[in-house]
Order: sequence, then structure tokens, then C-alpha cells
Amino acid sequence: MISIYTRRRIINAFNLTASMLAMAFGLFWLSWILFTLLQKGLGGVSIALFTQMTPPPGSAGGLLNAIAGSVVMATLATIIGTPIGIMAGTYLAEFGQRGWLAPTTRFINDILLSAPSIVIGLFIYTVYVAKVGNFSGWAGTLALSLIVIPVVVRTTEDMLRLVPNGLREAAAALGAPQWKVVTLVTWRASKAGMVTGVLLAVARISGETAPLLFTALNNQFWSADMNKPMANLPVVIFQFAMSPYEDWQKLAWAGALLITVGVLGLNIVARVMFRKKSSFN
Amino acid sequence: MSKTLSTAPLNRHHLFDQVFRYTTLFFAFLVFALLAGIITSLIIGSMPAIKEFGLGFLVSAEWNPVTEKFGALVPIVGTLVTSIIALAIGIPVSFGIALFLTEMSPPWLRRPLGTAVELLAGIPSIIYGMWGLFVFAPVFAQHVQPWLKATFGDIPMIGLLFEGAPMGIGMLTAGIILAIMVIPFIAAVMRDVFEIVPPMLKESAYGLGATTWEVVWNVVLPYTKIGVAGGIMLGLGRALGETMAVTFVIGNAHQLHASLFKPGNSIASALANEFTEADGELYTSALIELGLILFCITFIVLASSKLLLAQLKKREGKVT
Repeated sequence: MISIYTRRRIINAFNLTASMLAMAFGLFWLSWILFTLLQKGLGGVSIALFTQMTPPPGSAGGLLNAIAGSVVMATLATIIGTPIGIMAGTYLAEFGQRGWLAPTTRFINDILLSAPSIVIGLFIYTVYVAKVGNFSGWAGTLALSLIVIPVVVRTTEDMLRLVPNGLREAAAALGAPQWKVVTLVTWRASKAGMVTGVLLAVARISGETAPLLFTALNNQFWSADMNKPMANLPVVIFQFAMSPYEDWQKLAWAGALLITVGVLGLNIVARVMFRKKSSFN
Repeated sequence: MSKTLSTAPLNRHHLFDQVFRYTTLFFAFLVFALLAGIITSLIIGSMPAIKEFGLGFLVSAEWNPVTEKFGALVPIVGTLVTSIIALAIGIPVSFGIALFLTEMSPPWLRRPLGTAVELLAGIPSIIYGMWGLFVFAPVFAQHVQPWLKATFGDIPMIGLLFEGAPMGIGMLTAGIILAIMVIPFIAAVMRDVFEIVPPMLKESAYGLGATTWEVVWNVVLPYTKIGVAGGIMLGLGRALGETMAVTFVIGNAHQLHASLFKPGNSIASALANEFTEADGELYTSALIELGLILFCITFIVLASSKLLLAQLKKREGKVT
């Protein structure tokens, strides 16, 4: 018969070991995925990847049109989504103390933040693509900007709330009107945090595939016309990876490596920036 | 002659204040309107299917574009089953990770390990899908599935779950990949709520001679259970709506099987695969109705997650 103390110690040791294994389990997947990407993707990275168009199966090519399409759409989506997000976030943090709108919007924003992105694509399809009659770069941009907005709203509000009230009061005591307090004092004080939010939003949309499937669709060729279907990295990766052609799959892996490096890089930059800011406080 | 202060600048600033305030209010309202717009447009888009099939849409397993008979049962079941598998694996692992990060890890390791787990959340879902299809599925089919079949295959009832050829793709694989994807979300919330437990509470328990595990299980977990539930709901919301990772590995077959080895379909992957190819108003609208169902399910799950976490925050204010 084991004494109750020994039993408690055994249970403790067993569960703590299990916890350590869980941690190892999490890291195991991260390293396995990153290893696979490097192993399969590095072979496909070359100058041609950045200088040539997506090829038909069986011939050499690159991902230039897809990369360009992704960059254009992500940039435009950020330009559209960021001001909306910042203004809405400012309302929530600075003016939303009373009334029903602020709490409701905050609640809805948090739901939109985790809402399935494919539904966003569906929404843009029904209100834009179906009305205009064709898939287009603009539709993809709109879908992506709808994903940017909740991310920016959330981080803007959080960052503005970190600004000490003393700063606002000091500015108000000097006679500054409220719009000057917000634009010249609180926005400035939380600039780094707000930029972090935008970076995180860019990271999020760079890898999004689902909302682009039925908005921007894809394009085999170079296209600068935003009213036509537009090539983009995630959808090209999806199509090429699902295809039976080996050279297409190789390009898909190279593209996957590119996206992952970009997204993780942005994530890390955002984190480092934010940490600098918080240590400054 | 005394100099009078002009009130013109003051008035001007007052006007600017109003303009600024209402501009921000307008954009906040826009976010609010966005949700209403999404729901309305999905309802309008799915009207033809709702009129044609009514409530039967939810329970019919038929999906035939040729005869234009559509039912949502298979994708709904697929979505729920894969999410449940994901949670069954994800919850204990996330709990372990949060426990390790808050109670056991040396302080200098906490930040890098926490960041590593959060990076797992940053990897785009299409990468999980590709990796799952080309790397994980073959390994799974060769080494894990035969073992599962040999171990559980002969047990009545449970054996049914592991019937069929080990192909690597199917509901089980989709569930496992989803588990890897939701672990960082659940683990991050669990870690955050574990950290708000007042040290006094834990120290009292340690002082009475409790082991680390007993402190976590009997003090930390009861104290944070609402927050933990909120984190789990958040993970569930993610798992339900995940598209690309599932599309790659679930097999995309409109069939209902007891076996988890068989290919199935989820709402999101049905949409991703079929929407651009759907011809005919009814087909498109049936798919939009699927999207509406998915949005409603995730809305309910995420809303309850928010409410649970908000409740915890309220209590946190009272205790400290």
C-alpha cells in the first residue's frame, strides 16, 4: 500500500511531465512545419521566382504576377481598412463612455475578429461580385480590408487605453480642444502600438486565402487592371499545390515558404516594436 | 480701452470637436453596420434555397447538383465532428502548455516559448493544409492509422470509428490539423487567465503543503474556469470556420460515415471547393445558405466566449 503522500507526489510528477510533453508537442509541430517548408521550398527559390510569370504546366516560370497581385491588394486593403479602423477604435476609446453604440460595436468587432474569413468572401461576392458580374482585384481588396478593420479597431482601442489619463488632462488644462488632445497627444503617445496593430493586420491578410477564392479569383497572366480577376499568392499556391504537376507543386512550396517567412517576419517585427514601446513606458 | 477676447477661435474649435467626434462615431457605426450587412446579404442570397427546401435543408444528407437537391447535413456533421476532434486533442495540450508556461518554466524561457507558440498561430492556414496533405497525411496513413485500427478496430462501437482503408486524408486528419491550429489560441487565453490568479491564493495552497498539480487543479483552475471556458469557445470558433487547412485534407466527399478514416466535408471546405463552379441560382444559393449556417454557429460560439471572458473580468475587478 502506497502512502497518500507518495501517491500525491507520483500524481504531481506524472502530470507535470505530461505538461512538459504538451509544451514539447506544440514546439514539435512548429519545427516540423518550418522544417518541411525550408526543405521543400528552398529548392524553388531563385531569381526566376521573382521575375517570371506563373507558367503553364510543364514549363519553367515564377510567381511574379502572383506576388505583385498580393502586394497590390494587401497594400490597398491596408490603405482602405486602416483609417476606418483607427477612427472606429478612437471612438471606442475616447468617446464611447456613454450610450449603447460603443459596447455593442466592441462586442461585434471582437466577433468579426474571429469570424470565418470565407464568410467575408461570401459577403463581398453577394454584394459586389454578383452585382458587377465578374471577379476582380477590387473585390479581393474589399474582402481583405474587411479583415483589416477589426484587427486595427481592437489594437487602436487597446493602445489608446494605455495612454495615461494625466496626459489628456494636462493637454485639456492647457486649453486644447478635444480633437487636438486626441490627434496631437493620445495618437502620438500610442503611435508605436497603433503601427503594431497595422503590421499584425498586414500579416493576417498576407496569408488569407479563403476570402480571395471567390472575389479576386486568379489570373494566369500579368494584370494591372483592378477590375479584372487578379493573380495572388495564396490562391496560386492553392491551385498549384492541388494540381498533379510536379513543377507546379514545386512553385507552390516556394510560394508557401515566401508567405510564411513574410508573415512570421511581420509578426516578429510587430512584437519587437511593441516591446520597445512598453519598456519605454 | 480694454481688449475683449474674441470667441471666434473657441467656436471654431467647438465645431472641429463636434466634427471629429461624429466622424469617429460614424466609423464605429460602420463596423456595427458591417455585421448587419453580412447577415442581411447572406439571408437575401440564400432566400431561393430557403424557399425551396425550408427547414428540411438542415437534416437532409442529399447533395446533388444535377437534380438540384441540396441538404446541409453532411457538411454540418463534418464541421462539428472535426471541431470536436480538434478540441478533444487541443484542450488537454493547451492546458499543459499554459501550466508549463505559468508554473514550471524558468522565467527566462517563458517569453521565447510563449512567442514560439504564438507564431504557430501566425502561420497562414493554407500552409497547414499543404503540409497536412503532403507531409502529415502520408506519415499518418503509414504509421498511425494501421495502429489505431489494430488497437481499437475490434472493440464494438468504437471500432466503427476506425473502419476503412488508411488513406491519410479524412475527418480524423482534418481534426488533428485543426487541433494544431487551435492550440495556440486556447493556450494563449489559458496562460493569460492563469496569470491573473492572485499569488496570495496560490501561496496559501502551497503553504498548506499542496503539490504544484494540486494547486493548479484545485485552486487555479476553479478560480479561472470561466476564462478557460471562454478560451475554449474562442478555439472552437476558430476551428468551425477554418477553411483552407480542412479543404486540403478532409477529402471533400458528400457522404455520411461513422468511420473517421473516410473522407467527409465541412461547410467551409464545401464553399471553397464548389462555390466558383456552382452554376444555377439554386446551387449558389444553397451554398450561401451553408455560409449563413456557419456564420450563425460561429456567432453563437464566439458571443458566448466573449460573454464568459467578460464575466471573468468583472469578477477580477471585485476580488482585487
